[in-house]
Amino acid sequence: MSSRRRRCKRQLIKFTQHIARLITGTLNSDNEDEEQESTTVRYHPENLEQLQSQTHFSRQELQLIYRGFKNDCPSGVVNEDTFKNIYALFFPLGDSSKYAQFLFNAFDKDKNGSLSFEVSIFNLIILLRGTTEEKLNWAFNLYDINKDGQITKEEMLDILKAIYDLMGKSIHPRLKEEAVRQHVRMFFQKMDINQDGVVTIDEFIDCCQKVWLVFIFN
Amino acid sequence: MAAGVAAWLPFARAAAIGWMPVANLPMPVAPTNKNKHQDELIILNVSGRRFQTWRNTLDRYPDTLLGSSEKEFFFNEETREYFFDRDPDVFRSILNFYRTGKLHYPRYECISAYDEELAFFGIIPEIISDCCYEEYKDRKRENIERLMDDLEDNKDSKLPNMTFRETVWRAFENPHTSTMALVFYYVTGFFIAISVITNVIETVPCSSMPNQRDIPCGERYTEAFFCMDTACVMIFTVEYLMRLFAAPSRYRFMRSVMSIIDVVAILPYYIGLVMTNNEDVSGAFVTLRVFRVFRIFKFSRHSQGLRILGYTLKSCASELGFLLFSLTMAIIIFATVMFYAEKGSSSSKFTSIPASFWYTIVTMTTLGYGDMVPKTIAGKVFGSICSLSGVLVIALPVPVIVSNFSRIYHQNQRADKRRAQKVQKARLSRMRISKCGSSSAFLHSKRNGLNQSLELTGSLEEDQQLKKTTSLLESQHHHLLHCLEKTTNHEFVDERLYEQGYLQTALQNFPSQSPSLSSEEGITGTCCSRRTKKNMQPLSATHTHNLQELSALHIQCGEQQPLNTSRSSLNLMSDESGSLNCKSSGLVTTAIISIPTPPSNNSRASPDAPPPPNPDAPPLPNTGTDVVKISAL
Repeated sequence: MSSRRRRCKRQLIKFTQHIARLITGTLNSDNEDEEQESTTVRYHPENLEQLQSQTHFSRQELQLIYRGFKNDCPSGVVNEDTFKNIYALFFPLGDSSKYAQFLFNAFDKDKNGSLSFEVSIFNLIILLRGTTEEKLNWAFNLYDINKDGQITKEEMLDILKAIYDLMGKSIHPRLKEEAVRQHVRMFFQKMDINQDGVVTIDEFIDCCQKVWLVFIFN
Repeated sequence: MAAGVAAWLPFARAAAIGWMPVANLPMPVAPTNKNKHQDELIILNVSGRRFQTWRNTLDRYPDTLLGSSEKEFFFNEETREYFFDRDPDVFRSILNFYRTGKLHYPRYECISAYDEELAFFGIIPEIISDCCYEEYKDRKRENIERLMDDLEDNKDSKLPNMTFRETVWRAFENPHTSTMALVFYYVTGFFIAISVITNVIETVPCSSMPNQRDIPCGERYTEAFFCMDTACVMIFTVEYLMRLFAAPSRYRFMRSVMSIIDVVAILPYYIGLVMTNNEDVSGAFVTLRVFRVFRIFKFSRHSQGLRILGYTLKSCASELGFLLFSLTMAIIIFATVMFYAEKGSSSSKFTSIPASFWYTIVTMTTLGYGDMVPKTIAGKVFGSICSLSGVLVIALPVPVIVSNFSRIYHQNQRADKRRAQKVQKARLSRMRISKCGSSSAFLHSKRNGLNQSLELTGSLEEDQQLKKTTSLLESQHHHLLHCLEKTTNHEFVDERLYEQGYLQTALQNFPSQSPSLSSEEGITGTCCSRRTKKNMQPLSATHTHNLQELSALHIQCGEQQPLNTSRSSLNLMSDESGSLNCKSSGLVTTAIISIPTPPSNNSRASPDAPPPPNPDAPPLPNTGTDVVKISAL
């Protein structure tokens, strides 16, 4: 009962305010600005020396990466849209939004919707300077969309479709629906040792280490 | 948003890790970081004011002067800085473009000075960001019109070799060019006035005899008026036929408003001539005379103000529509209310709702004839509300119309919206071209990459030359795209050739050569791959020949947009033509590039490249064109 009365009172107050505004002629937009709070977030990364010791990037590399990072994300965190825009620049011919989304989810381990500089750097360290096993772990994490420890055929199909989307339409030969599924089948043939329809982390790592061609990414 | 791509490149390469496990083909070798120089500050001295920035910042846009090796021409050895003898104020905005990716147009800057600076630094104006683009385009348009006005004033002399028809048309359009035209102009004006006055006087009653009732003059002096009418119509007909004869596009002339007015003005007379005998349609004939009043609109050819008024009304169509709509709504509401309010009172004039419309309109426009007045109190209350609201509703759109009129009047007629549409499309298409530029840069370097890997006995210098022309950033990016191709086992193709190829395969069911064959062996560079390439070529060359007409459109586009006008590829062109000539066999063409190759290699040239429709086009490296692209990188 009291809540209803409170609500009634609140409505009445709002109504009288509205009438008063109507009579005195204040515009709506003047008042709305006061109600809005500033929602911008400012985020400061860790100390440069600390980052340098935690990761193994050189000082110049960290500086370069941070400068670019800060230039495009002045608030200090990358959100998903910015991430997608960046990848769109690298793959202008195709549609990179799906793959960027998967990557973002893989980067963003604690699922808070934005990547801080440290998180990005730690991910990069694994990817660029980590051991093969760490890289494979990361790749498995990327493929496992729902993070349940298994890669199913549907997840793989999604990932592969996203990768093919990166190419765009102007490719040769023309992309057929079947090609992607064929690719998925080949992948599962290679990886799924016990043929149970899903790929677990151990199968993945075992298999990839056998066929992985180590290449140099510096 | 133009990201500082160099900084985000590690992220992109990290993404490539995700492709590794799914790829079935071996990945290409990553480019080595040859020049390990750290990011350095470079000094740009613009007329004494020193700007400093990182080298990487400038490298973001390799198709501009500052981003490419062209700036080396301006390098001053003694002071170790780049000196530009240009305006430092404008340079500020240009440098900010490199820093933030957005080009702004400062309002206080002169438009032509700004344009010159942009052209000097190799930046296309379409890149100007949306916040400043409107302003830029408006100023540019004003400037162009001012220049055109000046030109027109200077253009006194007649152009030589104009045919009689063109002379007549020109005389009609600009009466002040020759005295004959001026005379004709005034004569027609005079006769229009005469005709209109005649029509008016025709209806004035002039009584001849005091006891007879007044009859209009037209019926009294029928013959005189008829002669006058005939003379005017003669003149108008002659004028119309002459205009029709002289018009450059008769169809368009007949569709124009002025000619329709002309026709409507003279038609009633001829119809009247034809139908004088028939009694049944004489009633209709009389109403046709009303259309003679349209002759007054012929004055709009003589009066600039009238034309502007007409154009204003046309351009304010939406405001007028709003006015009409809101008035209609208000009329209906108030008429209904008044009708029901006055229903009770006796001898009320408000007999029905449509009858109340008249009262509402008269009241809302504050005319107040007083032929219909509410008698009940409720009716009076609502009537007063009606008149108050009428003032508001009518007063609102009027200032918009007025301001429109004054704007147009002061700045001459402009087809604003039509031109804006075209400009927007052109702008988007230029930006799309520049986007394609980055992809074509990749395809180009891919070709060169294969070139260099197939040249097993290529000399070291050539390799180094080829390698040097692409920056490290570009080479890493291209390596990334190459990895993607390997992962998906498909190759990137130029858009236009993709469509062309699609046409080909759609029309002729030719079993397409599996490119996986070529891509797999392409890297290893065996003789077999070369032969397969050679075998591929003649087959599809005949295709292109057969389908040349069909894909003529594509070829035309290909011709008009030379892909390789980026500064880096200008260097490449000379290198590659040299290297191609050295190798007698095994031209590397990955069947995807459509550059105009030198004629000597045309026989074995890229099969899907548009066979040059004009084989005499010299293979000069596109120095004549001014298309400068900004790569999205």
